[in-house]
Amino acid sequence: MEHTAHDESSFVRPAEMGEMELYHPKTWLGKYVFCQDAKVIAIQYAATALAIGLVALVLSWFMRLQLAWPNTFSFIDPAYYLQAVTMHGMIMVVYLLTALFLGGFGNYLIPLMVGARDMVFPWLNMVSFWVYFTAVLLLTASFFVGGGSTGAGWTLYPPQAILPGTPGSQAGILLMLASLAVFIIGFTMGGLNYVVTVLQARTRGMSLMRMPLTIWGIFTATVLALFAFPALFVSAIMMSLDVLLGTSFFMPAIVSMGSEAEHVGGNPLLFQHLFWFFGHPEVYIVALPAFGIVSDLISVHARKNIFGYRMMVWAIVIIGALSFVVWAHHMYVSGMNPYFGFFFATTTLIVAIPTALKVYNWVLTLWQGNIHLTTPMLFAIAFLLFFVNGGMTGLFLGNSTVSMPLSDTLFVVAHFHMVMAVAPVMVVCGAIYHWYPKISGRWYHEGMAKFHFWTTFVGSYLVFLPMHYLGIMGVPRRYFEITGTTFLPESAHAVNASITIAALVVGFAQLVFLFNLIWSAFKGEKAPGNPWNATTLEWQTEHTPPQHGNFGKDLPCVYRWAYDYSVPGHEDDFVPQNVPPRSMTA
Amino acid sequence: MSAQNVATDSLELKPGLEGVIDDWSSDQRAFKNVPWGKAMMWIFLVSDTFIFGCFLASYMTVRMSTLDPWPSSSEVFALSFGGAPIPLILIAIMTFVLITSSGTMALAVNFGYRKDKRTTFWLLIVTAILGATFVGMQVFEWSKLIMDEGVRPWGNPMGAAQFGSVFFMVTGFHGTHVTIGVIFLFIMAYKVSKGHLDEQKPGWFTKRGGNYEEIEIMGLYWHFVDLVWVFIFAFFYLW
Repeated sequence: MEHTAHDESSFVRPAEMGEMELYHPKTWLGKYVFCQDAKVIAIQYAATALAIGLVALVLSWFMRLQLAWPNTFSFIDPAYYLQAVTMHGMIMVVYLLTALFLGGFGNYLIPLMVGARDMVFPWLNMVSFWVYFTAVLLLTASFFVGGGSTGAGWTLYPPQAILPGTPGSQAGILLMLASLAVFIIGFTMGGLNYVVTVLQARTRGMSLMRMPLTIWGIFTATVLALFAFPALFVSAIMMSLDVLLGTSFFMPAIVSMGSEAEHVGGNPLLFQHLFWFFGHPEVYIVALPAFGIVSDLISVHARKNIFGYRMMVWAIVIIGALSFVVWAHHMYVSGMNPYFGFFFATTTLIVAIPTALKVYNWVLTLWQGNIHLTTPMLFAIAFLLFFVNGGMTGLFLGNSTVSMPLSDTLFVVAHFHMVMAVAPVMVVCGAIYHWYPKISGRWYHEGMAKFHFWTTFVGSYLVFLPMHYLGIMGVPRRYFEITGTTFLPESAHAVNASITIAALVVGFAQLVFLFNLIWSAFKGEKAPGNPWNATTLEWQTEHTPPQHGNFGKDLPCVYRWAYDYSVPGHEDDFVPQNVPPRSMTA
Repeated sequence: MSAQNVATDSLELKPGLEGVIDDWSSDQRAFKNVPWGKAMMWIFLVSDTFIFGCFLASYMTVRMSTLDPWPSSSEVFALSFGGAPIPLILIAIMTFVLITSSGTMALAVNFGYRKDKRTTFWLLIVTAILGATFVGMQVFEWSKLIMDEGVRPWGNPMGAAQFGSVFFMVTGFHGTHVTIGVIFLFIMAYKVSKGHLDEQKPGWFTKRGGNYEEIEIMGLYWHFVDLVWVFIFAFFYLW
């Protein structure tokens, strides 16, 4: 840390509060298992999320194997296929991406980047992880109960989710709902911590408009999650009651498998509204941290300040706010009032404005930058390509009339995988490579990283680009098999097979990625404290990896925004946030 | 020394909208002079508002979607005294009790800041007892509905099945909130009487040093639970 003689009081106001009290663990258990250090909690979150994500990856392989070579693999029957589809979606969206971005990156980066010693309530933060872990265990348990996990699709729509005939309609769905409720409780504990840390525990000089965009993205996403998850929590309670007590919140009078179900008078559309009131903000809960992180990656590795920082902040906030009024664009074919479709199509298309603005700003940041094609930068550029591609198809699906014929086809699958699966995963990979030297103190293996990038990038395109064509052809999603359908040419099956081969290869590349992470933690080259010459506070710590309490004896003071790269007249091409104006000599 | 929780570090603040803009564009804290726990409680309460909002919206939706007639609340919730049924009498008493407890809570916060341990202790105890009385009356109401009138979560003799489902779910969820509040009120009363807040002894929930602002934070939760009850009262019993 810079310790030049200067009169800091003329640049930053004095501290309003005393130093944060840190908890010092006395036992092994307290230090490594029930740890209250946000950085350790972050790694616990990330490791758990990646582990359960690996399960979801394997499930997608099974799904693809069946689609490419129907009925070749005896262990994949229709029920198993539906269960794989459901659990793959649910795990990837909630248990991997949400937990990794907010629990993982949020915990690691928020205290470091805003200049705090830890989260404001470390104990609650620790409990948050263990509650999340319990949710993952409940989810995993549902694979092993009688009837297996639920096969209702990740949206869990009633009535079918809880009627006999759907796989896991008894224990499977209950464990799924319980796991979600527990996840939400755990997330709320962590989320409150992240929000209060950003609002109330920044260091001297760190105003909101000096925060790195990474923090803005994670912060806004956490606020969304705190307001969106309640809808899922409530619907999980009501659906559990429908199963357990025979209430009829979501269940109309219905004849199921030849006999009348014991329900009467409920409203299945109510569930869809509640689910998507959560579900749409959920998309942005995953996307906004990715937006924020990718802004920083592009700026650091192009050695240029981010273009339009204030616009970027406001775009994040506005996208977050809009995400609460677009939910029924997921329900154009549900039978709701068509006038709703008009309203929700309009709001949906308005989202394109701040989003496009962000894309332009990323491109303009790259424009004439000193671009270093490091692995994080490659992933950041790949994100842009996938995101633009997925965003474009979003305009098709956001229009209610255009959306109708495309509903429930592979076009939808291609769209959301491009925009909210592959694109954020690109950022996850880029961000892990970017912060790996700080987190582990060692370099990742460059060769494996490049292999991982090119295989994932090209492979993901080979998986999802052809899916658009299959979707326009009318290939439905979630179908166990499409053989014998006369309207599909033989070539559709060939495309399906090629997609599967690409998916297997991409999946394999992720194993290389995980191996690289573990191997490099022990065998990697020692990394310096600030290998990318970045400006933000996490790179200015005394130790690498940062110790408990993050910073040395004194907390850093912040004198500038996070994007002073290639400042004219300055010797280095970057000025860290904690360098005071007077010590900046040309 | 956990100074971040201490109220004495107060700043001179500009009044009005200009002051708000100043605070939000400054460093360190967006809400000046607001301790972490209080900020966290406020955000939690907004989140909890979404939960109760979803519950009430769902209630209205199923009330519209069901084809059977909705039972008349003034008859279902009537109590008979000397042969004459008085509509909503129990709920009126319950509401009165809960709102009164909000008053004693507010007094407890005030006496807490004056470091008047004895009065604060008794006010917290009274608040907790009023809360427990409310829950007790709710138990009585539930048992009367279940035993005497045959209302079940899955159906009832008076009409729409959703009446019982929603009623038990929403009042149950609210009752759970009140119960949790009562437990914490007793814990807080204990801490006040033992002087834990004076010594800044760390609490088991947040592990941050205690002080008298904890009572105010607790009070925020308690007033919120009362406010939610007003809405439940209006939507369930008066509509």
